[in-house]
Amino acid sequence: MGAKASLSEQFVMSFIEGDRWKLYLEGLGKSILLTLGALALGVIFGIVVAVIRTLHDQQKGGKKSPGLVFANAVCKLYTTVIRGTPMMVQLLIMGFVVFATSRNLMGVAILSLGINSGAYVAEIIRGGIMSVDPGQMEAGRSLGMNYGTVMKEIIIPQAIKNILPALGNELITLFKDTSLVSVIGMTELTKVARDLQARTYLPLMPYLGIAVMYLVVVIILTYLQGILERRMRKSDRH
Amino acid sequence: MTDTNALVKVEHLTKAFGSHVVLRDISETIQTGEKICIIGPSGSGKSTFLRCLNLLEIPTSGTITFDGTEITSDKTDINKIRQQMGMVFQHFNLFPNKTVRRNITLAPVRTGLMNQEEADEEATRLLERVNLADKADAYPASLSGGQKQRIAIVRALAMRPKLMLFDEPTSALDPEMVGEVLGVMKELADDGMTMAIVTHEMGFAREVASRVLFIEEGVVMEQGTPEKVFGSPENPRLQDFLSKVL
Repeated sequence: MGAKASLSEQFVMSFIEGDRWKLYLEGLGKSILLTLGALALGVIFGIVVAVIRTLHDQQKGGKKSPGLVFANAVCKLYTTVIRGTPMMVQLLIMGFVVFATSRNLMGVAILSLGINSGAYVAEIIRGGIMSVDPGQMEAGRSLGMNYGTVMKEIIIPQAIKNILPALGNELITLFKDTSLVSVIGMTELTKVARDLQARTYLPLMPYLGIAVMYLVVVIILTYLQGILERRMRKSDRH
Repeated sequence: MTDTNALVKVEHLTKAFGSHVVLRDISETIQTGEKICIIGPSGSGKSTFLRCLNLLEIPTSGTITFDGTEITSDKTDINKIRQQMGMVFQHFNLFPNKTVRRNITLAPVRTGLMNQEEADEEATRLLERVNLADKADAYPASLSGGQKQRIAIVRALAMRPKLMLFDEPTSALDPEMVGEVLGVMKELADDGMTMAIVTHEMGFAREVASRVLFIEEGVVMEQGTPEKVFGSPENPRLQDFLSKVL
């Protein structure tokens, strides 16, 4: 049968028969969940790394604490390794070496993507913090507030404005990267399409179908990002 | 010499950025109530000198004592010291993410000097003093340069400092706004505040200063009353400088 089936037959077999559309929706749901989990983890890793690296770079004079120097070196190694190796290779290592015996594929996938994303988010946040005028930190410190208070009240809120657009792009990249976790056997959207293609021998509809689904989600995310940016710019003017 | 009134005592202060020496072995005393104007060509080290006083720049060597406490000592909590020294910057450095009122109340509340209610009252009082009470809920982006700088001054005053440092407070202002800022500073001086002011406003220095320091190449080349420094300068570098700016 396969190649001889008409387009409408292919459509029916790929989406309608046996309520297969439900499988796609389930897969899409898992992809989205995976994205959100990984982003949350990535932001946490990112903030920690960014704060350590900024603290290290902002320390004046020759008296740097050895603990901070060590932490900074670890953070640098982390970003270098993660940004210097392919996402899929990281997934294969996490799935088949580090967590080879784990059956919690969702957990492994979130952790892998989160660790990956954290390295990029760290650089985004660090850039955002560095883009805030150094005079802001000086003014805050000159009033007698400690470093942490100035960071929290003055620097971070201003940095977030600069960070959000880039963080939106990271979210979109992360969502598309979830398709890679099919290599460790987790059933997200891409794996659903591959499994159906293997069962029906019909590649056209499943793959075009998921491409459309990814695209629609990305268009929605881009639209939301645009709204957010416009609102932020408005609050700049006052 | 009696130092009972010495609020700030600087001894053998040297500051270098890498191999570039900006301040060379400066020893200076500021008495309570004095209004010191610091003049000199750009790049002479006058701003660096001011920024050393509240340790925004860490001295390479030498000691600074403020109100009896050696602030250059590692054991001193610099935050506690800075709470007693206000600083006004050339570029205002108001916090753009906070309203004018929050700009003023943030530090007094966060350092435990006042509760929010007291700080709000203080902010209202200070804003009335500089005729900006109607701007309390505005954000800095909507203010003119002169308004921003007046708010930066009262933000520092809200901490009830014993010393006010001004780092070229009018250099970034449009000419028509310089007067309103100098007016506020003049009032502050008349109220008896101890002030150290790096400035290019020679007319203001002549009128307000109790003592003028001329810094050039990282050393205090000449100092004295405004009458002496502006009227009969001795150092040829000072004479040269004054001939260019007056």
